[in-house]
Amino acid sequence: MNGIHDMGGMHGFGAVRLEADEPVFHERWEARVFGMSALAGFRLGGNIDARRHALERLDPVSYLKDGYYGRWLARLEQTLLERGVLAPGELEARVAGGGAPAAPLPSLPQGGPLESRPPRSEAKSAEPSEGRQLPTPPPHPFLRPVDRASRFAVGDRVRTRNYQPPGHTRLTGYARSRRGVVARVYPACVFPDTNAHFRGEQPQHVYAVRFEARELWGESAEPGSCVHLDCFEPYLEPDPGA
Amino acid sequence: MSRDPDHDARPDLALRVEALESLLAEKGFLDPAHVDAIVHRYEEDVGPLNGARVVARAWVDPAYRARLLADGTAAIAELGFGGPQGEYMVVLENTPKVHNVVVCTLCSCYPWPVLGLPPAWYKSPAYRSRIVREPRAVLREMGLELPPEVEVRVWDSSSEVRYMVLPERPVGSEKLAEDELRALVTRDAMIGVAKAAAPGAAGRG
Repeated sequence: MNGIHDMGGMHGFGAVRLEADEPVFHERWEARVFGMSALAGFRLGGNIDARRHALERLDPVSYLKDGYYGRWLARLEQTLLERGVLAPGELEARVAGGGAPAAPLPSLPQGGPLESRPPRSEAKSAEPSEGRQLPTPPPHPFLRPVDRASRFAVGDRVRTRNYQPPGHTRLTGYARSRRGVVARVYPACVFPDTNAHFRGEQPQHVYAVRFEARELWGESAEPGSCVHLDCFEPYLEPDPGA
Repeated sequence: MSRDPDHDARPDLALRVEALESLLAEKGFLDPAHVDAIVHRYEEDVGPLNGARVVARAWVDPAYRARLLADGTAAIAELGFGGPQGEYMVVLENTPKVHNVVVCTLCSCYPWPVLGLPPAWYKSPAYRSRIVREPRAVLREMGLELPPEVEVRVWDSSSEVRYMVLPERPVGSEKLAEDELRALVTRDAMIGVAKAAAPGAAGRG
């Protein structure tokens, strides 16, 4: 989706602000949100692509205003509401001083597309040591062997499609309709564009494609630089001018 | 922007998160001790000291260096590191002619097992937007001036591949032992926004 998250190449954000001796978490609430998000991922399933897409769907003003862990908090609250772990208004009442202890959940929320596959990636880090019943994990969190050969090889000249889906994609806006050269070929991987929407993993070959700075940024490009972007095979076509 | 959400205190959010955790604990959805354990892991155990061990080993052991560049995941696992956000690792070698630097413009993907959780600047709109467009200018602002003859390669982490930079071994470090070399390997050098620290100098990040 053409969202605020797709920041590569935007102007106007100012200088990169460095901080000496930066702590892992600046405030305790950030640490708690990180830990709770990992546990929620473990308890509720889903997948990392859907979780990334949930961040992209936050309203753009909040996306910028809330900062990194603020966005994680907004996503966590939204997920807990959608899955019925929290009732509408329940958190606000507690913040306002509502004193009654919450009743234990009768059971974990069940069913729905979020249960379609076991948690990937960061959720696994959250597994409590005493463990709970997990579905059998897949052999790898995201690599998936595919029968068909990769369409491109190192050195091939390719062009990205002018691909602008309203949903999740990992083709950045700055790299649409741009010519590049395949620099590395990676193993096939779960396709975020479908997996984020629970339309299946549909594994695709992945390539690191090298784009010269001038191809991306035109006259304003810095000399002697390039960008490598990891591109799923459906993002690419042979360079028609090659 | 006058306010920086990743640096400024947010007492409103502190209250809200406390309320959320208490509700989830009462519901039996999570155990705060498990949250503690996760936080402790990323504050104490998983961080750039892991990556520094990888780099120092590569500097002293040519065979390990070759394995690291050929199959980052496996070579990093030899030293005991792996897991979430590091399940397919690619190591990029900086040389006198090529300087690599890593970003994730779309979110903030980062190789957690070797570098820990990303610093605020890595997650900032300023870094995410600018490093792809004007890497030399951004690196200069961050204290790294690269000569024009050095090619700058930016790697935008748009798939599940996670990148780590193998910085050049600093001049003057030839006689240092592996454990002494680790101290020269900064987080920022492994992202590619700095060089490894010179012996006797304190490195940033």
